[in-house]
Amino acid sequence: MLYSPAPLHIPDGFLNLVISLLFWVITAATVGVAVSKTNKSLGEKQVPLMGIMAAFIFAAQMLNFPVMGGTSGHFLGGVLAAIVLGPWASVLVMTAVIALQGLLFQDGGLLAMGANIFNMGLLTAMIGYGLYRSVLSQSKGIRLAVAGGAAWLAVVAAALMTSLQLWLSGAAQLQIVIPAMLGVHVLIGIGEAIVTVAALAFIEQTRPDLLGQKATAEKGGGGWVVAGVIVSLLAVLLSPLASADPDGLERVAEDMGFLQLGQSAPYQILPDYTIPFLGETALSTIVAGTVGALVLLGLMIVLGNMLKRKSNQS
Amino acid sequence: MPVTHPVKKYEFPECEGDVLHVNDLHFSYPDGHVALRGVSLRLCEGDKVALVGPNGAGKSTLMLHLNGILGGGGEIEIGGLRLSPDRLPAIRAMVGLVFQNPDDQLFSPTVFEDVAFGPLHMGLPEDEVRARVDSALEAVRMSAYKERLSHHLSVGEKKRIAIATVLSMNPKLLVLDEPSAGLDPRARRTLIHLLRDLPITMLVSTHDMRLVQELFPRTIVMDDGQIVADGLTMDILEDEKLLEAHGLEKG
Amino acid sequence: MHAEIFDRFHEAESRLHRLDPRVKVVVTVLFILSNALLPDGAWAAFGLSWLVLLGWNALSRLGVDFTFRRSFVALPFALAAVSAIFSPIGKPLADWSLGPLVLIPTDYGVIKFVSILLRSWISVQAAILLVAVTRFPDMIHAFEHLRVPGVLTTIVAFLYRYLFVLTDEVMRLLRARDSRSAAEPGRRSGRNVVWRACVAGNMAGQLFLRSYERSDRIYNAMLARGYDGHLRTLNPHVLHPSDWAYGAAAIFILILLQLVGRF
Repeated sequence: MLYSPAPLHIPDGFLNLVISLLFWVITAATVGVAVSKTNKSLGEKQVPLMGIMAAFIFAAQMLNFPVMGGTSGHFLGGVLAAIVLGPWASVLVMTAVIALQGLLFQDGGLLAMGANIFNMGLLTAMIGYGLYRSVLSQSKGIRLAVAGGAAWLAVVAAALMTSLQLWLSGAAQLQIVIPAMLGVHVLIGIGEAIVTVAALAFIEQTRPDLLGQKATAEKGGGGWVVAGVIVSLLAVLLSPLASADPDGLERVAEDMGFLQLGQSAPYQILPDYTIPFLGETALSTIVAGTVGALVLLGLMIVLGNMLKRKSNQS
Repeated sequence: MPVTHPVKKYEFPECEGDVLHVNDLHFSYPDGHVALRGVSLRLCEGDKVALVGPNGAGKSTLMLHLNGILGGGGEIEIGGLRLSPDRLPAIRAMVGLVFQNPDDQLFSPTVFEDVAFGPLHMGLPEDEVRARVDSALEAVRMSAYKERLSHHLSVGEKKRIAIATVLSMNPKLLVLDEPSAGLDPRARRTLIHLLRDLPITMLVSTHDMRLVQELFPRTIVMDDGQIVADGLTMDILEDEKLLEAHGLEKG
Repeated sequence: MHAEIFDRFHEAESRLHRLDPRVKVVVTVLFILSNALLPDGAWAAFGLSWLVLLGWNALSRLGVDFTFRRSFVALPFALAAVSAIFSPIGKPLADWSLGPLVLIPTDYGVIKFVSILLRSWISVQAAILLVAVTRFPDMIHAFEHLRVPGVLTTIVAFLYRYLFVLTDEVMRLLRARDSRSAAEPGRRSGRNVVWRACVAGNMAGQLFLRSYERSDRIYNAMLARGYDGHLRTLNPHVLHPSDWAYGAAAIFILILLQLVGRF
């Protein structure tokens, strides 16, 4: 009751290695940029602020409201964070929240964390901040409406992405998982939109300085608008397509080679997941697996060092 | 020459239709900490009772039971209605619980919306909601603050608004947790007058013994999850042994 | 007040508790990685993987069934994988039609589904054990040593510190709301779901502002103690040869596991 897992946190075991690592790489790279941006553009004051804001998001996710028949809706908060804190800070804040949920509460896996951060941190930052920034100069009503729309879309997009990741990992059939996930989250998104709009209206009423045109524009560049619009369009176009014609999507994925990547992986990181000169023996497979794991580990360390150096410089 | 006080024997008022009847209440927190060990008490219409005792005595836990936020073993009757899970909404309309920190109570942007929350949740028609908000704000002498933002009020003002948020529900019993904590002398004085003038049965937990002396004819002393004394305030405040044994000081 | 709910650390005197947190984090991640690498239907390897876990449980002195009893957190998510049963690949096992939908479970699909559940179930237990035998601040230190950017670990450290404060605040807000969520006999209460969601939104806004202002006060308190933008920590963790040995032994076992999984 105190802490109920959100339905979008993918546990370990559901995503295969290739998908897990792919999203870890994307997420790590983005978070790395966010770290260096934060070090450069935001003052030292931002670190405690982001820490408290992460605790705020975590606590706000406990805010429930009775829907009907004993069920209740929960608040996810990604879009609110993106609008109020700006995209880079919100990426870091959401990363911290998802990392803590995964590490401390096993709500979402460790290997799957890259995907979880992508779905709930990066997508929401792009959709939330990007769309909101595009209407900054409009009236309060329009801004709040766009924020609500973005909150709804962010939930739907995260659900769509989660379904696609599960499907690419071979853990779900597209024809079933897409309608099921989207159906549920189209409704959850409505609650998210109302809560987000009410929270923003509250903040605008009490501390308008936090949401001013200038304050918001300073938090992220115009590139976010482009990213937000593109991601939103993709989500809007892909969702009906995926639910109405999953076979079509499957064909496209197959043509582009995605499906093989997912369905038969991880045995194809290295050709047939064996080392050629060792032949097709168990030993060869083990060596291949170890090599793969080491390459990954090396990548992570190099990336980590790069980020560390970057953050030391600024 | 020793001063002798007139000895008054306090007797539980025998009243029909008790406002509150608690019988043998027990409660332990999930971590095993026992907070209430058999608490029984009765309040009659118009009673104004102080609940005193050291921190951790179980005062707040007892208060959270009175409208079913916590549920332990034992019986609670409010206005003759036995507390049970399916009666919670009705019970909560009768018991106005005011929390220690007014910030917890005030979660809406404006004072009006906060005071209107209870009546709106009860499904009252709009004009009645407005009437109730007006009279509740009138009762705490904050009518001028209707459209103000709760966020910008002083602590004393917030406390009064917090009381208004439950008055608007027309409760039978008002339960206040530490109403005078953190107030400056003037805000405290205003609060005392306010509580004195409210014609409602109330149970007030406090560490402010001067407030107890001034406002409440009857006092209940709690320690370690039990009621250790229940009687006339003037008697209890004279009983230095009792006060000392339970970490209290006469104001 | 909720400390015991959020603090997943379990005190005990064991080698696993004293093991360097870096070794524990890395081995846990490798263990989960190893589970992801095991092919579908490698039942023997899954079984052994679970035995390894039981061994660690025993080593932690928290009880052999410690993680088992707490391992059902990921169960609701299993619903998402149910559809894997109806994989187009493999031999059909049955033919269920639900209205317009025809569902054909296949042997490949069933093996896939069960494998996913096993992987997930074993992996989540490893993560549970990790937090049970490692204090969270130590874990944050481990990530710092493992080159996770300092900004991120600092944010997580703040998050962990203020988690308790803010969740208490939320609990009190919710209690205050529930106290006033009353009904009169014969009247529909609670208005409508949009209004209730708006109230939750107001509470989120309220909580946000209070958190925001709290962070100002915290920052001032930090400045007062000489904070200049860099958090300095002592690094008390030193890798002893025996820590290396434990790590190496764990990795050796994982390699054996993979061997078994592929025969």
